[in-house]
Amino acid sequence: MIGRLEPGSIAAKRGMSDLAIRNLFIIPTIIFLIVFNIFPLIYSLGYSFTDFRASMNAPANFIGLQNYRELLADEYIWINFATTAKYVLVSVGGQVVVGFGAALLLNREIPAKGLVTTLLLLPMMMSMAVVGLFWKLLYSPSWGIINYALGLEDFEWLSNPEVALYAVALTDIWMWSPFVMLLCLAGLSAIPKHLYEAAAIDRAGRWYTFTRITLPLVTPLLLIAIIFRTMEAFKTFDLAFIMTSMESTELIAIRLYKMAFQEWQTGKSCALAYIVLIMVLAITNIYVKYLNKAKER
Amino acid sequence: MSKRKWSGLLAGAVFAIASQVSLAADELTILWAQWDPADYLQELVKDYEKQSGVRVTVETVPWPDFQTKAFREFAARGDAYDMVVGDSQWLGAGSTGGHYVDLTSFFKKHNVANTMAPATVEGYAEYPKGSKKYWAIPLEGDANGWAYRKDWFEDPKEMAAFKKKYGYKLDVPDTWAQLRDIAEFFHRPSEKRYGVAIYTDNSYDALIMGYENVLFSYGGDLGNYSTYEVDGYINSKQAIAALEMYKELYQYTPPGWGKTFFHESNQAITENMAAMSMNFFAFFPALDNPATNKYAKVTGYFANPKGPGGERFAALGGQGVSIVKYSKKQKESMKFLEWFIRDDVQEKWAELGGYTCNAKVLKSDKFRNATPYNEAFYQTMFMVKDFWAVPEYAELLDGMNKRLHPYVVGNRGSAKKALDGVASDWTRVFKRYGRLK
Repeated sequence: MIGRLEPGSIAAKRGMSDLAIRNLFIIPTIIFLIVFNIFPLIYSLGYSFTDFRASMNAPANFIGLQNYRELLADEYIWINFATTAKYVLVSVGGQVVVGFGAALLLNREIPAKGLVTTLLLLPMMMSMAVVGLFWKLLYSPSWGIINYALGLEDFEWLSNPEVALYAVALTDIWMWSPFVMLLCLAGLSAIPKHLYEAAAIDRAGRWYTFTRITLPLVTPLLLIAIIFRTMEAFKTFDLAFIMTSMESTELIAIRLYKMAFQEWQTGKSCALAYIVLIMVLAITNIYVKYLNKAKER
Repeated sequence: MSKRKWSGLLAGAVFAIASQVSLAADELTILWAQWDPADYLQELVKDYEKQSGVRVTVETVPWPDFQTKAFREFAARGDAYDMVVGDSQWLGAGSTGGHYVDLTSFFKKHNVANTMAPATVEGYAEYPKGSKKYWAIPLEGDANGWAYRKDWFEDPKEMAAFKKKYGYKLDVPDTWAQLRDIAEFFHRPSEKRYGVAIYTDNSYDALIMGYENVLFSYGGDLGNYSTYEVDGYINSKQAIAALEMYKELYQYTPPGWGKTFFHESNQAITENMAAMSMNFFAFFPALDNPATNKYAKVTGYFANPKGPGGERFAALGGQGVSIVKYSKKQKESMKFLEWFIRDDVQEKWAELGGYTCNAKVLKSDKFRNATPYNEAFYQTMFMVKDFWAVPEYAELLDGMNKRLHPYVVGNRGSAKKALDGVASDWTRVFKRYGRLK
């Protein structure tokens, strides 16, 4: 129950009342969410059943499920989804391997551990556009340092449809592995030391200790990292858009952007946005289910 | 506070508001893409300010965001811009979408259709084609042409080697087949020298315009512009042969050439990479300037070569200036356009580096001899063809990019398969919009 605090009471002197907190913080936040999130969400749902084009001065006509039917029957949309799935798998998989590996290394006593950790976190603090342009230069067959270092001569990373997607995913791995590392590091440092001591007394091997103590106890935080990264990777736009615009790197977010702001098929793009939203929710739910199971263990 | 003080404050406020209103009425804003011609226009409109007292600001947006920014403003019915220098493809969406002011009576009153080059009137102003309804004043004429390395072409050793290999003299190519031979001849990756630079960027219309240069010259076409039939046109024998030629040219480009447009095309010359480079004439001033191109003195220019049947065409670039329907200063904008189409202003526009569409100025010896590329530009402006200008042009561009890019750059499938795919996609789009039954 929300009530006023007695003036001059100890609680009032300590801080604001519940009523003040509600009026100053909760209500404005709810209003903000309703105006900028909930209202557009509902409004765009309505548009998804129309042939509305924002670039034309014409009213929106109700066309039922036609947009959804056309999108689900469009072979290119499925290619975009398949490309996105491949990208998510490679990118998030790579981030988990690199991030978890780096966390295991940093969980030991090493010189200048704080400095090394800070330096490793730098990529994720950079802007996506800057990272995209930076890696585009690194991949350049004419003057990029990657080909020079690997002795690959004129190997084309971003113009080659077979390789371009992996090149973008590699950039994403470089950028976001530190995020996974940070969460894993938090999980690793929370594991009680006495468990390792008990394992050592029982002469447990390294692999056994890793699979029976380290991995199970760090799994909840690792799953949280995977949930966040999967959601983000599924929505990836800027990195792929800046680095290359091959058909083989056209992720679903890029298709959505083109449909909405280049082709101005507003109604149809709203429908596609809902399909993407449902997919992200479904994938997230699966993860959350596993997360709850992992927590119960 | 005393009564006198209140009166003083009130008078000050009224004066401030009045001066804001008067300032706003004396300003016009033009939206255009960020490139050299926009700077030339900004320079030109200083004369208008001197004569009329109206300040004109040319606000620029980087090319990749230009279309999105303009149409976002239209969708919001915003009055931030009084005029927009829009792409020729926008005419359909701009006019039928109600974003452009109808300039047909302005055209008649000022005889614009006869003072501007016919191709520019058709390409930048009229919609639908042949309707005599006009929505823009041709502002920046442009089309694709070529820059080449004269010193490479005129090197006696190279000339002798070329003659020995191909049996004819190394010179500016007369046909696309010759252009391919020259590209092949100069393509020497071990020496970091490459044959040709062409457009391959598939994010807007770059790759498509590059291909259009060959397509139209090969006698092919995008479709029937009256009936919107595309099957049998865009996948005709000529169109297939043209696409095969474009793909052949791609193999003689510098490495990493899978997503290139005007910037890279100029870079191919300034970085001493390619023998020939396809680009819009609007970008050639940078190649002729020794400050931006150390090979400026040995850079030459030519218009598109002929196809196998002797036909010669070029993809139309350039833009017309339209008055935005939501502008509150339409009358002032009309006055500006009246000033802009004057012969003396068009002459000054050309002198500053803008590509005038004024037929009289274009034909003058002064213009044709003003730069090493103006003659090629003049020739080209009489053989231009354009992409569809229908409101759904962006869907058509996207569909075509999806089919052409994997074939040309990714080496996937065949030219026939790619173009059959374009025909099928475009037919679907035209049916959806009721243009084709």
